[in-house]
Amino acid sequence: MKILKFLLIIVLITGFSELKTDEKNINLKTKILKNIRCLICQGQSVYDSESDFASSIKFIVDKKINEGSSEGQIYEFLRKKYGDWIIYDPKLNKNTYILWLLPILLFFFGGAIIYRSLIIKKN
Amino acid sequence: MKNKLIIIILFVFLSFCFIIFYKGLNNSNTYTPEINDEKTIPIFKVKDFNSNLDITSDKVFEKNSYYILNIWASWCLPCRKEHPLLMQLSKNKSVKLIGLNYRDNLKNAKKFINTLGNPYSQILIDSDGTLSIEFGAYGVPETFLIDKNKKIIEKFVGPINQEILKKIETIIK
Repeated sequence: MKILKFLLIIVLITGFSELKTDEKNINLKTKILKNIRCLICQGQSVYDSESDFASSIKFIVDKKINEGSSEGQIYEFLRKKYGDWIIYDPKLNKNTYILWLLPILLFFFGGAIIYRSLIIKKN
Repeated sequence: MKNKLIIIILFVFLSFCFIIFYKGLNNSNTYTPEINDEKTIPIFKVKDFNSNLDITSDKVFEKNSYYILNIWASWCLPCRKEHPLLMQLSKNKSVKLIGLNYRDNLKNAKKFINTLGNPYSQILIDSDGTLSIEFGAYGVPETFLIDKNKKIIEKFVGPINQEILKKIETIIK
């Protein structure tokens, strides 16, 4: 009886850990798919799209996750095939530096104007 | 002086925005992916269309020969349009045509080939579309020109036309 209980506990623990891994993989897959642009139906992510291209990407992301590829490796694979455009969160490079730096510059510029007007008001 | 400075900054900022948006207006809305940096064909194992046996990339693409990989499907109308040109190209002995049947019903695909003719020396099955993704394709039809070192040197999105055919024939001469 004791052995049976012991075996049951082991089976349950293994089952739960597998479920946890599956859940982790599903969450990772969802995160990646939401960050990939569908090149056929632009404006939609691969996650939201039902196009053939999107379902092929879903298959390949699933395959790569099961093979043990990391999130970064999957993005790099897709970037090599389709360029930066396929990722919604582009890397900082010569094509995207305006995109990344302009909001920061505008933030500082606006901040400086507010700061100046506050000092003038104080004086 | 202060007002002048504000006007100049505002003018520069608005001009900058205008240039960005004006340039954006001239850009095409449709995105065509460039050929990937590596340009080498992927290593794969797929099923052969006729024998249904597994076949590897090494067996399909041998060195010292030009290849044309054409991604097609029986449900794709532009594929029908380009088919006569592929038949014409298949007569050229300097190049081997490989067909990649994309997410298709095998019965319909066979009917398509039997009706319109088979320009391909070999047809591969890409039932889930993952091999097409490995090649960097994003739809059907799409055509890749592969050189003697197994490198992708040209990629044609959409159906091929006379102009593309001439370009291919010039390269493989």
